[in-house]
Amino acid sequence: MTLYQVQAPAIHVQGLEKSYKELRVLRGVDFDVARGSIFALLGSNGAGKTTVVKILSTLLKADAGTASVNGFDVATQAADVRESFSLTGQFAAVDEILSGRENLVLVARLRHLKAPGNIADDLLDRFSLTDAGARKVSTYSGGMRRRLDIAMSLIGNPPVIFLDEPTSGLDPQGRIEVWQAVKELAGQGTTVLLTTQYLDEAEQLADRIAILHEGRIIVNGTLTELKQLLPPAKVEYVEKQPTLEDVFLALVGADGKDATPATTRKESR
Amino acid sequence: MTKHFFGDTGVLLGRSLRHITRSVDTIITTTIMPIAFMLLFVYVLGGAIDSGTDSYVSYLLPGILLITVASGIAYTAFRLFLDMRSGIFERFQSMPIARSSVLWAHVLTSLVANLISLAVVVLVALLMGFRSSAGPLAWLAVIGILILFTLALTWLAVIPGLTAKSADGAGAFSYPLILLPFISSAFVPTDSMPGPVRAFAEHQPVTSIVNAIRDLFAQQTVGADIWIALAWCLGLLVLAYAFAMVTYRRRIS
Repeated sequence: MTLYQVQAPAIHVQGLEKSYKELRVLRGVDFDVARGSIFALLGSNGAGKTTVVKILSTLLKADAGTASVNGFDVATQAADVRESFSLTGQFAAVDEILSGRENLVLVARLRHLKAPGNIADDLLDRFSLTDAGARKVSTYSGGMRRRLDIAMSLIGNPPVIFLDEPTSGLDPQGRIEVWQAVKELAGQGTTVLLTTQYLDEAEQLADRIAILHEGRIIVNGTLTELKQLLPPAKVEYVEKQPTLEDVFLALVGADGKDATPATTRKESR
Repeated sequence: MTKHFFGDTGVLLGRSLRHITRSVDTIITTTIMPIAFMLLFVYVLGGAIDSGTDSYVSYLLPGILLITVASGIAYTAFRLFLDMRSGIFERFQSMPIARSSVLWAHVLTSLVANLISLAVVVLVALLMGFRSSAGPLAWLAVIGILILFTLALTWLAVIPGLTAKSADGAGAFSYPLILLPFISSAFVPTDSMPGPVRAFAEHQPVTSIVNAIRDLFAQQTVGADIWIALAWCLGLLVLAYAFAMVTYRRRIS
């Protein structure tokens, strides 16, 4: 069993189908996610990305097909599956009335870990939330909430993490902060399943990318493999203009602190 | 039920009790309406009501206590609704915990919050002249009936809490419950009501519960009312719990 679990993919999905009344959201989804990799599930709104994540996190039952997480079947071994992963849903699922630290302690207690206070302090430090740790979460910015949300998912070091659209509704700095957190995770050997509708996010983070369209996976490969699906690159000479994001980040400072470089500002009159 | 049920429920109960202590206004708003009714009926309308007793506030209090519970459980539904909407309910359900402890924590929190509200209302009633010669045993019986009544209505509140589409919808179900005591023996004796209304008033749960509590407070021999009251409370509790669990299973599958 242990040997099988070590060798088997961290997530295995085969022939997954799910309908909401007449609406057939998933029509036979297959994919595997290798251990320690970042896998991006890409698709437009309503493509069924969240439905896949909910089935994998035992919040929803599939109509047909099988799915396993960490070698455990989501339908028959739900309790073992829940020991194996953490979910960061589409909306930062944090308790607004509690402080950031209390949120972390709460999750550590629910995972039956020893020294929940120390775990909370470590994570606050890791996600640069120490100063805000004692404040009510309702006073946090969107990026801080997301960071807290992800920090809550890391408690207990689950081998697999589901991130459902982790950067939707975040400003550019918030997105970069989340991306850094995800990269760190994968660096430590955690398997990450990420859903997103932002193409650059998948490009930045994922080892493999699958595109979910009309209930099926239409392509699945590395970024290089996906790029080869189109005709080979032509060499064109294009004047490199800074993107609006470059300008925005240069003006407000990429770390979110005021770092306005005076030299880039020109008086218009 | 897993081995962690009690531990997990305790942790989650601590969480929602913190919600209560950090928003004391919910306790205050819960008690404002029953206290306002009490003031209105005792000092404005009470003079014209012939309740057949010397102290109208003592006559009135049992019904007011039931109104307090009915308005308090609207917040239970509201808190559960907020957990559903924010996604934290799903976070808990996706964790390796005893899943039902999420609901039980809300139910126990509702019980604690309502008992605090009830104590506040009784204190105000004491200031307004409510006196009871009831001994400890009678008081225990009163508290027991109120706990049963609160649990029954709380499990009822779980249903809109799990299914409501808006915050207003989550609390709206409590309005008819708040009005029910008005068509009962809570404010006036049922003898003065016309036939059909009297028939309804005498056979709905509030009348028997109110009569039982009133007799316990007045140290009179409690007749069949207390058994009818207990039967109503237990019956409602079992029914509400069963429907709440069906609703819950539908939500998490």
